[in-house]
Amino acid sequence: MSATASPAYPTTWRPPSLFGSRRRRFIFWAAVVAYVIWSVSDLNIDGNRILAGLPRALDIFARMVPPDFSRWEMLLSGMLESIQIAIASTIVGALLAIPIGLAAAANLSPRPLYLLARGFIVVGRTFHEVIIAIFFVKLFGFGPVAGLLTLAVSSAIFLGKMLAEDIENMKEGPVEAIRATGASFGQVVGYAVVPQVMVKQLGVLIYRLDANLRHSTVIGIVGAGGIGQTLSASFSRYDFDFSSAILLTIAALVALGEWFSDWARRRLR
Amino acid sequence: MKANANPRRDGGAEPKRSYPDTWERHTPRERLTQWLWLIGGAFAAVWSVSALDIEWAFFADAHVQAADLIQRMWPPRWSYLPLVVRPLIETIHIATLGTMISIVLALPVAFLAARNTTLNQGTWLIGRAILVLSRSINTVIWGLLFVAIFGPGPVAGICAVAARSVGFIAKLVAEAIEEVEAGQIEAVEATGAGTFQIYGVAILPQILPVLIGTSIYRWDINVRESSVLGFVGAGGIGLLLYASINQFAWSQVLVILIAILAIIIISEALSAYVRSRIT
Amino acid sequence: MTAPSGMPLLRIEALEKTYPTGKRALAGVDVTIDRPQVVAIIGSSGAGKSTLIRCINRLVEPTAGRILLNGGDIVALDRKGLRAARRRIGMIFQEYNLVERLTVMQNVLSGRLGYVGLIASLRYRFPAEDIQAAFALLDRVGLDGYHNQRADALSGGQRQRVGIARALMQRPDLLLLDEPTASLDPKTARQIMRLVRELVSERQTPAIINIHDVALAKAYSDRIIGLRDGIVVFDDGPAELTDEVLSVIYGDEDWTLPGEGDDEPATALSSAS
Repeated sequence: MSATASPAYPTTWRPPSLFGSRRRRFIFWAAVVAYVIWSVSDLNIDGNRILAGLPRALDIFARMVPPDFSRWEMLLSGMLESIQIAIASTIVGALLAIPIGLAAAANLSPRPLYLLARGFIVVGRTFHEVIIAIFFVKLFGFGPVAGLLTLAVSSAIFLGKMLAEDIENMKEGPVEAIRATGASFGQVVGYAVVPQVMVKQLGVLIYRLDANLRHSTVIGIVGAGGIGQTLSASFSRYDFDFSSAILLTIAALVALGEWFSDWARRRLR
Repeated sequence: MKANANPRRDGGAEPKRSYPDTWERHTPRERLTQWLWLIGGAFAAVWSVSALDIEWAFFADAHVQAADLIQRMWPPRWSYLPLVVRPLIETIHIATLGTMISIVLALPVAFLAARNTTLNQGTWLIGRAILVLSRSINTVIWGLLFVAIFGPGPVAGICAVAARSVGFIAKLVAEAIEEVEAGQIEAVEATGAGTFQIYGVAILPQILPVLIGTSIYRWDINVRESSVLGFVGAGGIGLLLYASINQFAWSQVLVILIAILAIIIISEALSAYVRSRIT
Repeated sequence: MTAPSGMPLLRIEALEKTYPTGKRALAGVDVTIDRPQVVAIIGSSGAGKSTLIRCINRLVEPTAGRILLNGGDIVALDRKGLRAARRRIGMIFQEYNLVERLTVMQNVLSGRLGYVGLIASLRYRFPAEDIQAAFALLDRVGLDGYHNQRADALSGGQRQRVGIARALMQRPDLLLLDEPTASLDPKTARQIMRLVRELVSERQTPAIINIHDVALAKAYSDRIIGLRDGIVVFDDGPAELTDEVLSVIYGDEDWTLPGEGDDEPATALSSAS
């Protein structure tokens, strides 16, 4: 009683594939399977060791519950150190970011200086904070100073890049207008550049504070201070109930930091 | 009409107006909040820096030490390069396999954590809890945990990358699910389709671009993360870097750093290219 | 068409809906449809038109009352039973509600989702007769050759045709149309209404249409139901829809004045006061 199905209409139809043709889809999935086989065999992944890990995972998990907060003083001092590293490095990083950002803005800085600053940003951004941290640990020894410097450098690079991009995207008109009044370079920056980029950069700064808080929990693993050092030590002593207490505290702190960062950035708008 | 009405109402016919000789950009209330933020920031800065007990004496010879380090690094020991290749491939394997696993795990988590597809308040909370836990613990810390479970090696690294990426991908995908128009879901529901058919037919095609784009973006972040997983024993080039630094083999360290720089820049460019092709 | 003789196709009894906000959208609605016909529901915004249509396939849960489709009460069904009942009710929406990133064919075939397994439906493997029926329907609604176009590449009128084809794919016992022409230009709106009317008589399937445009309702329906504050205040043929009746449905207004231009004196009056 439905469509009076005359045989003129086709009875088969295939949905169009995401890949354009079925052949290309086959090639894609064959490549994925081949890659997985190659990489798994290349890594010498031992199935037995994974199986042996499962009961151990249960054991570790059982020892993690309930988390042990009895050494809260140690936990608190580690967390405070992480927070201090995050705040101090954000401020130092912001100060360092101003010259970097000005130098890396194509519309303000002379060509050779621009290329130098951009090169520094590209190379610096590539390396993970932990790699930078290990060099500062070698230079300044174990402790929060290495952590502070690590995050200050990576913040300076990140903030400098954002500042440079913001300056490059700002409207040229006001800069020319202020220049036309006979203002000096400093006055041009103060009256035409700062008002245009200030609000957005404050937002980026708050975002970076949040990011530094996350990173400050890790760099301790190579001895650069903060809660990461405490966590790493607890793992190596199989002190898993203390580890879980630290992990929960880190998760809470990071979630809180994200919430604060979202809230503060909303207030800015 | 209007032009005539205004001056009369303003009483602008006044012979002489006095103009203010001071001008403030912000109202007192705005100034107060600005000052409070500034004082709060300054207080936090002073507290942080003073509490860290910085030994300023260390900085005195820092530049000498840094110069010394650079001198010992140069020239890079290129003969070491062939030994770097295998750990580099291992690093990329860890990032790729970890990302693949996380995509598979992230889809169900995203459906749990999106308000319009989750089953009830309880499952929504479970979904959100997975997001928060996965995202707030750094890849390297996940690495510590998985090394304790599986022992040192790339398996721990793959698990660490997957554990951190699940939350990252699922959060963005859940946001995309919440943005799917309710009417389109309703229309498929009205045909009498089952819940999973609604997910598959009305929602999945709409979020596919976000899922693919986010996964590729996360993959290039993961290459960077994998470069340090070796520091906690979770495989990859980091192991070699850590060992070389501890042996003070600085010219070797430079070769490794250059290799890391190369793969990260290449993977970033590749990821940006593929993402620009998709959208 | 499948109703046993003597039993009406659709019978709505004392249907009530009160939203959690306290708004009473339906206050006891009784409607019986016993033969294939186009039934237009008119009424001002908030009179309960949309609520009534959505209660029939329970996209909105009724508060009280019964909805008998072929004798079975839809309100009493559990989730599984409801899904089975929804398969027999085709629905067409104001905003078309196509899945935009899918092709026309995928959208049309989604009308058969209730009849294929989960895995097959996700791979779009439908029986040959469904595929043939889908091609035939696309031809019938005037979209022959459009099957591999993506839905977001179509115009409004074309999208609504796909929406109609999707609903008809269900081989429904009843069609529900929720403001199907409100997002279309006047010419396309008339074409769509004509198509719906033709399909209702071809397939002997009754259709219930929510519609704002009284002229369209009069021109293309067999029967008009007027709703006011959740109560049926008029239920008769379009010829009986006089100006007095319109005043009952919509409130007092001079229905003899031409539609254009009566804005200006009104605003002039209000601004003067």
